[in-house]
Amino acid sequence: MTDHVINNTDTRETSWQQVVENDAAHARTGLRVLLTTLSSLFFLFIVAFMSRSQFTDYQSLTAAWQPLAKPWALWVNSVLLAFASIAFQWARRSARKNQSNQSIEGFIIAGVFSFAFLVGQLSVWQQLASMGYLIAGNPANSFFYLLTGLHALHLFFGLVGWVITCRGIWRAIPFKRTRVRIELCATYWHFLLAVWLVLFALLTSPPETFEAFASLCGLR
Amino acid sequence: MSYAEDAERQAGHEPKSFWTKYVWSQDHKVIAIQYSLTAIFVGLIALILSGLMRMQLGFPGVLGIDPQEYYQYMTMHGMIMVIYLLTALFLGGFGNYLIPLMVGARDMVFPFVNMLSYWVYLLSVLILVASFFVPGGPTGAGWTLYPPQAISQGTPGTEWGIILMLVSLVVFIVAATMGGLNYVTTVLQARTHGMTLMRMPLSVWGIFVATILALLAFPALFVSGVMMLFDKTIGTSFFMPEMMSLGVQQSHSGGSPILFQHLFWFFGHPEVYIVALPAFGIVSDIISVHARRNIFGYKMMVWAIVAIGGLSFVVWAHHMFVSGMNPYFGFFFATTTLIIAVPTALKVYNWTLTLWHGDIHFTVPMLFALGFILTFLVGGLTGLFLGNVIVDIPLSDTYFVVAHFHMVMGVAPILVIFGAIYHWYPKITGRMLNDRIGKLHFWITFLGTYLIYFPMHYLGIQGIPRRYFSFEGLEFIPQSAYTLNQFITVVALFVGVSQVLFIYNLFRSLKKGLPATNNPWKAASLEWQTPDTPPQHGNWGPMLPVVYRWAYDYSVPGVVEDFITQTTASDSVGIKPNILGDQS
Repeated sequence: MTDHVINNTDTRETSWQQVVENDAAHARTGLRVLLTTLSSLFFLFIVAFMSRSQFTDYQSLTAAWQPLAKPWALWVNSVLLAFASIAFQWARRSARKNQSNQSIEGFIIAGVFSFAFLVGQLSVWQQLASMGYLIAGNPANSFFYLLTGLHALHLFFGLVGWVITCRGIWRAIPFKRTRVRIELCATYWHFLLAVWLVLFALLTSPPETFEAFASLCGLR
Repeated sequence: MSYAEDAERQAGHEPKSFWTKYVWSQDHKVIAIQYSLTAIFVGLIALILSGLMRMQLGFPGVLGIDPQEYYQYMTMHGMIMVIYLLTALFLGGFGNYLIPLMVGARDMVFPFVNMLSYWVYLLSVLILVASFFVPGGPTGAGWTLYPPQAISQGTPGTEWGIILMLVSLVVFIVAATMGGLNYVTTVLQARTHGMTLMRMPLSVWGIFVATILALLAFPALFVSGVMMLFDKTIGTSFFMPEMMSLGVQQSHSGGSPILFQHLFWFFGHPEVYIVALPAFGIVSDIISVHARRNIFGYKMMVWAIVAIGGLSFVVWAHHMFVSGMNPYFGFFFATTTLIIAVPTALKVYNWTLTLWHGDIHFTVPMLFALGFILTFLVGGLTGLFLGNVIVDIPLSDTYFVVAHFHMVMGVAPILVIFGAIYHWYPKITGRMLNDRIGKLHFWITFLGTYLIYFPMHYLGIQGIPRRYFSFEGLEFIPQSAYTLNQFITVVALFVGVSQVLFIYNLFRSLKKGLPATNNPWKAASLEWQTPDTPPQHGNWGPMLPVVYRWAYDYSVPGVVEDFITQTTASDSVGIKPNILGDQS
């Protein structure tokens, strides 16, 4: 969202509250458009993943002797991201009720959980690498690093927005403005949680599931 | 200063310094000009590259071009023209300039992101151009960048060129996404009072739907680009199969080059319409204004744009008939390809019916628009040939395809770009372009491109293969083909150099062009109703305009003027609203 508020209003007749509301409506629509594009991006990566998984050299990471047979670390990370999303939802609901203190608390807690998720993902990467599962070792490894990395990168960009909003809270900008940012962050995080759950399910699925999906999509 | 005061201060704030007004500008008009000038500049590089290629084909050895350089020129020419010129100019240039003015907005809804979009685009151009100066030069993989050859030893530019190309594409997609968010959100949210979706000019509809295509299709290029970058730099095997290269076993194994092709063309075919749909919209507006006729079948035209946009996502594999595929898939993609011709033909019929009994003014923009219709028709018809598997397979690797895609995707949109610049230049600069130079430019470009590309169909049917560096010593090539290649080269160079006329006209008219009135073409659409020409910061003065009708009320019976602007209320011209073709 921008502070350049000249856009699209009869400025001499419009109060600043209306300007903020207009900006909020634009930002909500802009975010939905962005999420549509990101959905296309992740969808296409997943299709590529499905397709590549049907080649003979693909060695699933979920076989009994492989590191993702019991992916408890990814379960912990998933719970962390889910908590972040719940905290954002709490922040959004409180913001709608104009309970600014609770909203800000929820917002900050959500950010902390998100940082914890990123640290958790990095730790999973480190474990895999230390066990010799490097990115170029096998297409399953490559997709694991690529998809989790891409998801983490999007979460990182979200956290940049989170930090900017925290700075605004620190500077005590009007809560009406902060409320919009909290709402946008909540939507973005819910989206990233949904994407993560799909990725998590795919990355930890047995090869038979892939075969079934690939057959359904005509990739086999 | 309180936040409220700060917001109010900014609301009326106009940038005053040179830097904020012309360089780091958030004004959509300035950003549009920045996009356009950059795209034209990089397009000129691609034009020069095409001249060098033609010299090699027509007069081999004269310039001492070697095969490596030829493929590098070919790759860079294709990629620059499709992505960095056409896409950037239609969406970043015309999209930026026209959308806010045509829907009655003060600016894009996210001006800062819009500014970033341009600078990121410029960064992508600089990265691409930098590949001319790195060891090994730019990539020579062909504009489709097919693996495995794109990153295998022996292909030009495998050291740094391919990396810079892929990075540049990824950066371009980031820029296009930032711009796209603005265009879509502005159309959806920032239309002025009375500007319903079905009152928007077709230019906006074309750019709007093309932007949606870009937002959904560019991710496919992003995915393929990132994965190939990993194959090249980290050693993954997403696309790279197990292979020997120059006698050496490569470290890759098991990758799927066909997967790349699917991803690339899932982007690549919508890309055709990312360029074509804005062109369709702009042509509709130009012929309506200069034929003084309402556009025939407005609603049909809108739905045709939407239908073409939707269908463009289910035709991609017709680019891959020769790659080998299940015959049922081939049948499916051939069928969808032929189906997309239906809404496209509908548009051509409607343009023709708009011209029927029109008061046609053969102005320069109109000449270019008419040139587009003819050229697009020719290119579209050869597309019907190539959409059939049985015809495509023998023709696929010949000059017939080169002729087809240059007619439909090269010349046709470029004619629209020229027409659009001649049409809107008076609004952008407050000056008219020189008419005589414009007509000379049109006839040289129009006739010249026909002399270049018409014979290529013949070459293709003769079986002359495309992508060949040289035809010398090949027995199956008849002498006439060599002569024809020389002829094409001479014409191509002449047409290429003649574009200087256009550049000269652009700059000369800035100072010496006749002053333009506010609405020199007597057009009905909103961008011509701004209080100032060129429009000032914020476009509309203190009050946003109110729209009462569609943008195509020309030659309305019983009305003295032969056009009624979108801002004119029905009762002010003394005629009942339903007679005026009010579209709601």
